Amino acid sequence: MAGSSHDSARRNNLILAICVAAAVACLPLVVKDVYIQNMLVLTLMYAALSQSWNILSGYCGQISLGHALYFGLGAYATLLLFTKFGVLPRFGMIAGGVIAAAVAAAVGYPCFRLKGHYFVIATIVIAEAGLLLMLNWDWAGAAMGIEVPVRGDSWAKFQFARSKLPYFYFALGLALVAWIVTWKIEDSRWGYWWRAVKDNAEAAESLGVVVFRSKMAAAAVSAFLTAVGGGFYAQFVSYIDPESVMSFQFSLLMALPAVLGGIGTLWGPAVGAAILIPITEVTRSYAGGTGKGFDLIVYGLLVMGIALGRPEGIVGAFSARKRAKTA
Amino acid sequence: MSALLEVRDLTQRFGGLVANANVSIDVRAGEILGLIGPNGAGKSTLFNAIAGVRKPTEGRISFQGRDVTDLDAPARCALGVARTFQVVKSFETMSVVENVMVGAFARTASAREAREKARGVLEFTGLGARENAMAQELTPPEKRRLEVARALATEPKLLLLDEAMTGLTPAEARQGVELVRSIRERGVTVVMVEHVMEIVMPLVDRAIVLDLGRVIAEGKPADIVRDESVITAYLGERHRARDA
Repeated sequence: MAGSSHDSARRNNLILAICVAAAVACLPLVVKDVYIQNMLVLTLMYAALSQSWNILSGYCGQISLGHALYFGLGAYATLLLFTKFGVLPRFGMIAGGVIAAAVAAAVGYPCFRLKGHYFVIATIVIAEAGLLLMLNWDWAGAAMGIEVPVRGDSWAKFQFARSKLPYFYFALGLALVAWIVTWKIEDSRWGYWWRAVKDNAEAAESLGVVVFRSKMAAAAVSAFLTAVGGGFYAQFVSYIDPESVMSFQFSLLMALPAVLGGIGTLWGPAVGAAILIPITEVTRSYAGGTGKGFDLIVYGLLVMGIALGRPEGIVGAFSARKRAKTA
Repeated sequence: MSALLEVRDLTQRFGGLVANANVSIDVRAGEILGLIGPNGAGKSTLFNAIAGVRKPTEGRISFQGRDVTDLDAPARCALGVARTFQVVKSFETMSVVENVMVGAFARTASAREAREKARGVLEFTGLGARENAMAQELTPPEKRRLEVARALATEPKLLLLDEAMTGLTPAEARQGVELVRSIRERGVTVVMVEHVMEIVMPLVDRAIVLDLGRVIAEGKPADIVRDESVITAYLGERHRARDA
């Protein structure tokens, strides 16, 4: 029966995700090189971030190029709460998530009245405004930024000077959590409402979907998870300034893996990040002398390739082929 | 029979254009009401006002005795008003059953229940075999059915069909007529906008004719087709001359 096939397809997906996570968890057994471990941490982090971005932009169809704002909010909230008030980073990340969700709702209130390109432009502008505010906010370090005070390696303080592995496992956990949240949402009322809003807002309204509230909910969930990733990144790099956590580049880096892998798909962000982030890191280190933008040029070429060849992304192309076979 | 829906003195202006002028209609519980009239008569405008898409410039609308003039489309759906669109608006990237589930979520928060209910509605509307197809793969008549299925999944008391038969072949239209009859047998009141008289007239219990934004005739189909003003407005002078 089709009902059980739907359920079993979902269960198989979950089993696959757990197997992939378990396999990734074993990687440090063979990968001892710190440089590659570092790259793995970033890959997992971007998989989590892109998965979060995908909730608002992929499922609900509200393309945001301003997620650097929520990423930066998470990073700043975590470090400021720790350095100024002694709040442990794990609580700081949650607080950052809550603040980002509230800001997303406040930003969404005017912006969700805008459609299509106008909405995209508004997200860019608001993120840039956030960057400028942080650059001038003296209490938060302004352009100088803030540093994590060294307190010795511990999970409580979330700092590990001697090993990348704790960061690696946390990033893996974050990516898995973001994936599972998406997986849960996919077969929930919100998930179907969001996709309906993306496909046709007017039809959705006629079926009882309060479109505005749906977009707000998607934005809040998406911003929360993004900010937790930002808090993690701040601890990982242990020094942040506005440019290093809130610049436009982060907004792009969150969107591109999902676009490459398949926007609005469960696996797209992870697949996209697994391809994109290593390529960026490698081009950045081997072509480092050629100028800062080389990695972004490679990105651009990849995305152009996808746009021309497989606009639905890698995962989208794959599942379309599978459907054609079974049909 | 009591009035399920009452429209009182509804006027809708777009700038200088008056799309509806002092329209008052009653929809009785359990009936199939045809809303007919030539292109530009104001049918769709009236229809959108009832569905809650646009607030009327003047006038009131009440549903089951409750004033709903200020309620938006989702709130009216919650009360039991569902609609289809003249230009079909399927959720193209979702499967057929998922399209209908969106409607079912108006009454349940559980995805499992919504899926079961959507399947039942798809069986009823004759799309059971297509539930796993993507909406974009459907043929135009199938898409029309999907619109009806989606609306029915919200468990409406009043179903508004906006030219649901337009573009169908005569055979498909006959099946459509059967579907509308069986929907009414389930206790759903139906208001259908059509401008193809041949389809509407045998099906509806009562018809209201609009022309230039006003109600010009109301009554049983057999009387309507003989009404002088309707013939003039709808079929034109030429038709009357030929009949005479």
